[in-house]
Amino acid sequence: MSDHAHPAAASTGDVLVVEDLVVTTRGREPAPILDGISLRVGAGETVCLVGESGSGKSVTSLATMGLLPKGALTARSGRILVEGEDVLTASSARLRQLRATRMSMIFQEPMTALNPVMTVESQLEEVLSAHASMSTADRRTRIRDILSLVHLPDVERMCRSYPHQLSGGQRQRVMIAMALVLEPRLLIADEPTTALDVTTQKQILKLIREIQERLGTSVLFITHDMGVVADIADRVYVMRAGEIVESGPIQAILTAPTKPYTRNLLTAVPALRPRDARPAASREIVLETSALGMTYSQGSLFRKREGTVAAMDVNLILGRGRTLGIVGESGSGKSTVARCVMRLIEPTAGSIRLRGSDISGLSRRALRPWRKRIQMIFQDPNRSLNPRLTVGDSITEGPINYGTPPREAREQAKTLLELVGLPKDAIDRHPHQFSGGQRQRIAIARALAMEPDVLVADEAVSALDVSVQAQVLDLLDDIQARLGVALLFITHDLRVAAQICDEVVVMQRGRVVEYGPTAEVLGNPREAYTRELIDAAPGRYWDFPNFRPLPGAAGFRDTTVPA
Amino acid sequence: MARRDTLPPIAEPVIKRRFLPRIELADLRFAPTLAAICLAVIVIGALLAPVIAPFDPIAMNPMERLAGASATHPFGTDAYGRDVFSRTLYGARVSLIVGIGAALVAVLIGLPLGLISGFFRWLDAILMRIMDGLMAIPSVLLAIAIVSLAGSSLWTVLIAITIPEIPRVVRLVRSVVLSAREEPYVEAAIAVGSSLPKIMWRHLTPNTIAPLIVQGTYVCASAILTEAILSFLGAGIGTETPSWGNIMSEGRLYFQLKPSLIFWPGLFLSLAILSINILGDTARDVMDPRLGKKREA
Repeated sequence: MSDHAHPAAASTGDVLVVEDLVVTTRGREPAPILDGISLRVGAGETVCLVGESGSGKSVTSLATMGLLPKGALTARSGRILVEGEDVLTASSARLRQLRATRMSMIFQEPMTALNPVMTVESQLEEVLSAHASMSTADRRTRIRDILSLVHLPDVERMCRSYPHQLSGGQRQRVMIAMALVLEPRLLIADEPTTALDVTTQKQILKLIREIQERLGTSVLFITHDMGVVADIADRVYVMRAGEIVESGPIQAILTAPTKPYTRNLLTAVPALRPRDARPAASREIVLETSALGMTYSQGSLFRKREGTVAAMDVNLILGRGRTLGIVGESGSGKSTVARCVMRLIEPTAGSIRLRGSDISGLSRRALRPWRKRIQMIFQDPNRSLNPRLTVGDSITEGPINYGTPPREAREQAKTLLELVGLPKDAIDRHPHQFSGGQRQRIAIARALAMEPDVLVADEAVSALDVSVQAQVLDLLDDIQARLGVALLFITHDLRVAAQICDEVVVMQRGRVVEYGPTAEVLGNPREAYTRELIDAAPGRYWDFPNFRPLPGAAGFRDTTVPA
Repeated sequence: MARRDTLPPIAEPVIKRRFLPRIELADLRFAPTLAAICLAVIVIGALLAPVIAPFDPIAMNPMERLAGASATHPFGTDAYGRDVFSRTLYGARVSLIVGIGAALVAVLIGLPLGLISGFFRWLDAILMRIMDGLMAIPSVLLAIAIVSLAGSSLWTVLIAITIPEIPRVVRLVRSVVLSAREEPYVEAAIAVGSSLPKIMWRHLTPNTIAPLIVQGTYVCASAILTEAILSFLGAGIGTETPSWGNIMSEGRLYFQLKPSLIFWPGLFLSLAILSINILGDTARDVMDPRLGKKREA
């Protein structure tokens, strides 16, 4: 199947054809967002649109749905044909019809896409009564059918539930049910699994695949995750800065990418294979927790109630210059451990020993000298830097607190900015003038300014694009080698953990499930839960940086398009 | 790529920097502009009252009692022959002092209380119950009580008006702090060992400034009105100092004979409050991103 060149005339089987679509911002000086892109989605096909943030992949999907934000973006030229009908010229009444019956969309965050004050049944009912003339009884049956199609357990209870009573995966299933209840020909999925845990993601991907085969729906799947692409795509379009860089069948893209950008994107995907073991440079233990526990109590005024256990009996040992990873799904307690270790929250049990001294019971005042020794890098670099302070003010705040003269602290900050790969003159700028990756570098510089023994990185690369993620991971590795700082690295991403950690702790529901050297835990897991996590990692049979399937793996999906 | 030429050519933006931005009349929004002009006129009138006012506001002239509008007395004279125009100008001084004073004092007291209340959960319950108690007292009644205890002067009136406004400021600051303290940059400041006062001043206070400016204008407007009510009821500043309230109170006796005695101070009072409220609303639109209306259509 070769489709690098798109025929201008749509072949009859295509459900979606986009031709030379140009979308720009409105206003006197329109800036191009999509710069003449063309793509097509055949009947029953899964097409992935992959790219980093700002590449225009979401705008493409919104334009297809006729949902471009009216005041901000406008389609200047091109055509979007859904089963031959041009979306760009359709009236808004017609668009409303098309949206439910021909094409539908599922979003990243199912909680905000569902109406919180309506039951699942009434939301589905609303869709049906707006677009289909059916009797009440027919609608009831249809709703129950579609909910069982998406494998929701206990359909009757689901019908009566409100969105907040469902888990994230169940909500996304409801969203899929809503999108498919009128059996549209085209399903647009915009990062539908990004907010979900890996095990849930795996189930949802499987569900989309299964439904597609049963109903013959075509899927336009938007994602930033090459692993997901490898798992579900028939064909791939790689986008960058509003243009399609490369397109082709999944196998061709993964094994023989022709464009340098695609190659970079693939080589940046961290391998699931654990890093080579590093010899411990020092025997010194910088951080140790024993029987650390955190219980959130919910006692009412007079009655003591059982609290929620966020972490329990966590024992960790972190040596100087080593990296210890904590991996687990959301709610596993990994962030709780990080915040306890930082003493941002007070642990309810156990002890934290920093270079041999117990800091868990220290008062705010007594803790002050120890704060210096342990620093944190937060997940979202947009929020971890005060937007009103200059970069210099943010970095020097800590050293000045500990008595460094401001001028000296400023000089030190400049050196640190260079160390993290930013120009010296960044010091007088504000955070909003930097990209996400650069901001994370600033946050790292701020943490390093305190000359800590331990850096706690809580999902520090999760909010970053994969290529930026690779750079920040390299930077952390480099800093560790140079300064001998120990890293406590919290992540949900096993690939990242495999890349950077010497040892790994797997957590589930507040407890440590498995703990050992990365090679053992990820290479030869003993616990069923660890195996489950590894199995769920998207694209696990694929060695992205080397453009080949992993040896011994079952190979990747059949790429033939189902009829 | 060949497709590039499908885009309309983009003109290089020409940016000229001027020292003073030239104001284009068409770019101005109608209501806020008018309100600003109105308020400016009142403020200038109040500041320059000794220069502009043709007569001493408390000098009586029995020969010209209840005179109609004329070139010498634009707003006429009252029952004691005092010039109403001069009295209205001087009355603006009292109103503005009370309004701005109440707003400043309420913010100065409310801001630290709100910061503390938002940051320390154990203190929060106690402080907020006290504030609830304060809010439950009708402001005019409280003011009458304080004035009757401490005697009437500008200061007692100011204090009496300010006290019931403080809880509103505290609640506002507290709500801002409650959300801002969860921001990672506040946690980062804790992690680098910043002291509590430093965190509050450097990281939390700046978030409260925009909502405080908006709230300040409302406090200002409501204080001006309360002062006028108190003066009208005779519980405000003594009649020796003209204020819009007591000019109207005295004019009430001759209202049917000479409506202008109430009309002019009443008009100034309404315009001042309306202008301040419109400016406050505009400030909210501009500063609050959630309600912000974009200027470009």
